[in-house]
This record gives sequence, structure tokens and C-alpha cells, in this order.
Amino acid sequence: MNPAVTTENLSKRFGKVEALRGISFCVPEAELFGLIGADGAGKTTLFRILATLILPDAGNASLLGLDTVKSYRAIRTRIGYMPGRFSLYQDLSVEENLNFFATVFGTTVKENYELIRDIYVQLEPFRSRRAGQLSGGMKQKLALCCALVHRPELLLLDEPTTGVDAVSRQEFWQMLGRLKQQGITILVSTPYMDEASLCDRVAFLQEGRVLAIDTPTGITTLFRKPLFAVRSRDKHRLITKLRTYEHAASVFAFGDSVHYTDLRQSPEPHELKAWLKTEGFDDAEAEPVKPGIEDTFMALMESGESPEENS
Amino acid sequence: MKSMPKDYLQPMRIVVHLLRKEFIQIFHNKGMLPLIFVMPFIQLVILSNAATFDVAQVPFHLQDYDRTPLSEHLVKRFTSTGYFRMTGESSRQDKGIDALISREADMVIVIPREFEKEMINSGHARIQLVINAEDGFNAGVVRGYAYEIISSFNRDIKRLLPQMSSPATVQPNIEIRSSGWYNPELVYSEYMVPGVLVVLVTIIGLFLSAMNVVREKEIGTIDQINVTPIKRWQFITGKLFPFLVIGLGELTVGLLIARVAFHVPMLGSYALIYFVATIYLLVVLGMGLLISTTTDTQQQAMFIAWFFTVIFILLSGLFTPIESMPHWAQNLTQLNPIRHFVDIIRRIMLKGSVIEEILVPLGILSVQSAVMLTLAIVRYRKISA
Repeated sequence: MNPAVTTENLSKRFGKVEALRGISFCVPEAELFGLIGADGAGKTTLFRILATLILPDAGNASLLGLDTVKSYRAIRTRIGYMPGRFSLYQDLSVEENLNFFATVFGTTVKENYELIRDIYVQLEPFRSRRAGQLSGGMKQKLALCCALVHRPELLLLDEPTTGVDAVSRQEFWQMLGRLKQQGITILVSTPYMDEASLCDRVAFLQEGRVLAIDTPTGITTLFRKPLFAVRSRDKHRLITKLRTYEHAASVFAFGDSVHYTDLRQSPEPHELKAWLKTEGFDDAEAEPVKPGIEDTFMALMESGESPEENS
Repeated sequence: MKSMPKDYLQPMRIVVHLLRKEFIQIFHNKGMLPLIFVMPFIQLVILSNAATFDVAQVPFHLQDYDRTPLSEHLVKRFTSTGYFRMTGESSRQDKGIDALISREADMVIVIPREFEKEMINSGHARIQLVINAEDGFNAGVVRGYAYEIISSFNRDIKRLLPQMSSPATVQPNIEIRSSGWYNPELVYSEYMVPGVLVVLVTIIGLFLSAMNVVREKEIGTIDQINVTPIKRWQFITGKLFPFLVIGLGELTVGLLIARVAFHVPMLGSYALIYFVATIYLLVVLGMGLLISTTTDTQQQAMFIAWFFTVIFILLSGLFTPIESMPHWAQNLTQLNPIRHFVDIIRRIMLKGSVIEEILVPLGILSVQSAVMLTLAIVRYRKISA
């Protein structure tokens, strides 16, 4: 299959800040590809280069076989871009926005209605409401509609669900799934780890570098240290105490438990429990767990470099 | 991607939709409408009435050392015109100076002893006018009035002094008669209204356009526009045209007010005014868009727009005559579009000038509009480095 997106060694600096330091990856057609990274990891810069809005300092990128610098015109008609910040016309109504973006792409809403129908039916009751007065979730749905109205082959979605409630987030991802089935390649960035597991493949970004690229389950195999979920009533004190334990590698709060990794290759959970008892945690529970994406991401962030090189 | 048949109307359809969008945005903005359509006309009415160069009721101090029928007659000439009123009288020189310093009077008239006698004998006599020139412009106007009164007095002197000896010297050797052509009564509102109208059209056009693109940058919509296949000329046309329409609409209402409220004559053709106004607005809007595309925030755009507006207005000849500016500033005004449009609109309205007579300023405006629009289009980039 032809790759929908290829980047080679993309670099970009803004003054003293190196936003991207040699990003290379490849996304095949009809894949739902997630970019995971903390704020400032370079996700938005990467999207802006791919959307042909800014030029890279070094390296190159091609979308649908077209170079982002040389063939930016051709690219623009074939991709849909949704910036991280809501950037539709707040003072135009839902309908006016949609018609406007359809026309500038030389098409009509009617022509591609079937593609956006699922999303549009939810917007329909607010047809004549101004975009600025929609709720966060509705705004994102409208933005997605506008990005889809010209039937793009590739969608670039920069943090589409940030600031959106849990139900709307779920709906949004269901829509992405349906769009993928129609053969649209989707590149999406998100700060939410639960969303990362919904992607076909994810790339971890940190400080302008790619830390790892794999499937959500594949990426957890990069996590090699023994992981325990530790529970106790006083979670806060537990974290502080665990960090002083001589064998502790990392300690993070994870939902209602604490995820703990040990420096040793095969530590015993009862040993840990015994130590905790001596420290006054009578109710402490410790059990080995399988690492999730978030654990992996945290571990990779911690080491700051690719784990393959590390081990 | 489906291969679509080439649609030659498509580029125009995009422009039409851009226009529709701009107009919808303007009319959705309830706070902006009164600013665009009411404020300028309040300004027009206030400025045109207030910004007059007429100096009414100049207070003067009299020192008449002659005290003859002729000197009294001269004084009466001053007081009866309505331009002057006497606030004091004395026969000591320092009193007159005191009156000037205390601002009791703006002018001192000194009529020397034997004024009448000298006039009868030689046909010549002198009087002295001391004018407060703190405000040079004001002093010029006062001197003009006084000069006018004295000249008319000179003309009537034969009738006033039949006993004058030599008829040959009765008429002053040099007589300067001034009369205001095209505005014979020097009604300042006739002179000011067209000028103020130009300023209003300029401010509306420049600020609306200067704030527009940068606003899209601030709220981020420019990104969404830039990833579309809209071409630069389409984008710029979509931005220019609505403001051109608003500018011309503004001009129309302004001309109506000029006619109905100020009775400013219209000797030339309206068609010509609209033609020139269109070219002029292209200069202004091109400049506004240039400002807008080169700045990052509305605040920056606002400051730059103000910077140019103030310079343009002060160097337009609207409030201070260009002829009294230093030479370098006079040359500078040639670059000032407001100067040329003020010049043209006054000529058309008050003088009935036709297109052949305004070719030079019109040519300058045309060149400026071409330069500004080109710069605006070139500077607007859909990609940044």
C-alpha cells in the first residue's frame, strides 16, 4: 500500500526553540495514526508543516505522494485540516460556515452530504446558531464537518478532543472509526492516553523527537521493567514513601492505585508488601500488572530516549 | 479525487462566497454597525461646524489721538462690520500693550494725531495696527479683515473728504482687491465639509481593512482559510470589495448631508466623484490590507493605521494650508492620498472641475492604488517560513 504520509528528518526551529528535531515516520493509507505527546512536544508544529502552512527548516514530508513544499496547492484540495484552536467563523452560523467551506473547495454540502451525515444530523438542530455559541463538543463536530465537506483523502486533526466532555469524545472517536472504514487516512494528536489505544498505531513525541512508533499493544512491550499496582488508603503518603524505597525505579499515581516499577529484574510482591507494612501501611496491596500505554509513555518520557537503544 | 470538468465560473463563485461571508460578518456584528454608519456622520456635523477658520468678533483696543470726524468714521467702519468689537480705549501707548497682554484685545488700532489733516493735504495718512500673533493663523485672518475694511475705507475717502486737495492722489496707487472665487462669501463649511468627508471615508476604509485580516489571524480562522485552495487574488478581492461598498455608501450619505444640512454647492458631476472615490478607496483599502497582512495583532495594526492617519490628515491641507508648510513638507504631501482626494473633491464640488482638469492628482492616486494593491497581494502569504 502507498503511504499516505511520509516524513523524513523533519526539523523546525522558532528562534532558540527547536520544535522538531528530525521527525521521520510513515503512515499507510486508511490508517488511524495517533500522535501522543505532552504540550510542547512539537505536535502542532508537525501538523502545521503537514498542512502546508509553514515550511520545515530541514527534511521533507509528502502527503498522498505530494511534496508539502513543492505541491502545496495540490495537497490543499485533498486534505482536511482541523487546527487545535477552534478556527471557524464564530460570527457565522453553523450552516453558513459549512456552506462557506464547501464553496471555497469548489463543492457543495449536498454533494458530500452522505460523508458528513452522521455528524451533521447532530448539528442540524443548531443549524442557524452562530458557531461561537455552540458547546465545545458541537464546535468540534462542526469543525470536523467543515474539514470533511470536500471529501478529503487525508484528515489532519490537531488535538480535536481537547476540552471536550467524555461523551462527546467517545462519539468523536466513533466517527473517526467510521471515516477510516471509508478509506480516509487520519492523523490525530491527543493528550489522552485512553484515546491512544483507539488508534491503529501511535507515535510518542517528546521535545521534537519520536520516542517510539508501534501499535497500542505493541508499544507496551517496550515496557520491560516489572510493574506493580500498589493500593493503600493514604495514596498521597504512599507515593511519597514508595519514592524513598531503595529499589524503586518509578512511582506514579494511576487512577485509584499507584504504579510502581522496581529496579530489580524479578522482585517479589510480598517483599514490597512486607516493607510497606514496616512503614505503617497495614492495608497495602501490591500485585503485578500488565503495563498500559500510559505506563509506557511515562517510562519513555522518563528515560527521554528510545527504549530500544536503552536496553 | 474525482476529475471535475473545468468550471470557468468557479473562481468567481468563490469570490462571491467570500463577499457573502464578509457581509454576513459585518451585519452580524451589532456593535460595529452604529460605529460604521452613525459615528462618521456625527463627526461630519460636529467637525464641519466647529472647524471653521472664521474669527468672529475680534476684540480691539482703540487709541485715537486724532479725534476728528474722519478718524471716528474709520473706527465706525471697524465696529459696524460685525468682525470687530471695541473693548477699550485709551490715549497712552502702554495701555494698549496691556490690553494685548491681558487678552482684553487681540488688536490695537492706533490713529496718530493729524490723521485727517494729512489725508486732506497729501492724500496719504498712516495708522498702526498691532495684532496679537500668538496664533499666527488667527493673526493672519484678523489682518485680512482689517485690510479689507481699510481698503474699502480708502475707496470711499473721496466721498468722505470732499475737501481733499489733489484729486490725483485720492485713489491709493496700489489697490489690491481680493475676492474669494468659487466660494465668494468664504463660507467655511463649504470648504470644510468636502474635506471632512474625505477624512471620514478614509478612516472607515483604512481601519476596517487594517483590522480585518489581522483579526482572522488572531482568532485563527486564517489557518482554515489558508489550507483551502483559495487564491490570493480571490482572498484580497473578497476583502476589498465589501469595504469599497461601505466606503462609497458612507460617501453617499455624506454627500447627502453636505447638500441638505450644509447647502454645499455641487457644481461638478457626481459620477466623477464616485469614480475618483473608487480609485481613492483602493489606495486606502490596499494600504489597510497591507498593514493587516504584515502585523500579528489588531493592536499593532491599530497603531500603524493611526500613525499614518494622523500624518495624512495633518499634511492634507485640510486644517493648515499646504502653501505655508516648509518646502520638504510640501513635497511630502504629494505622496499623501488624502491631500489629492481633498483637492479633487473640492475642485469638483465647488468649482465644477471636469476630469481633464484633475488628471494630475487622479493620476497620482491611480499609481498609488496600483502600488498598494500589488504590495498587499504580494505580502499576503498563505505559507509562512
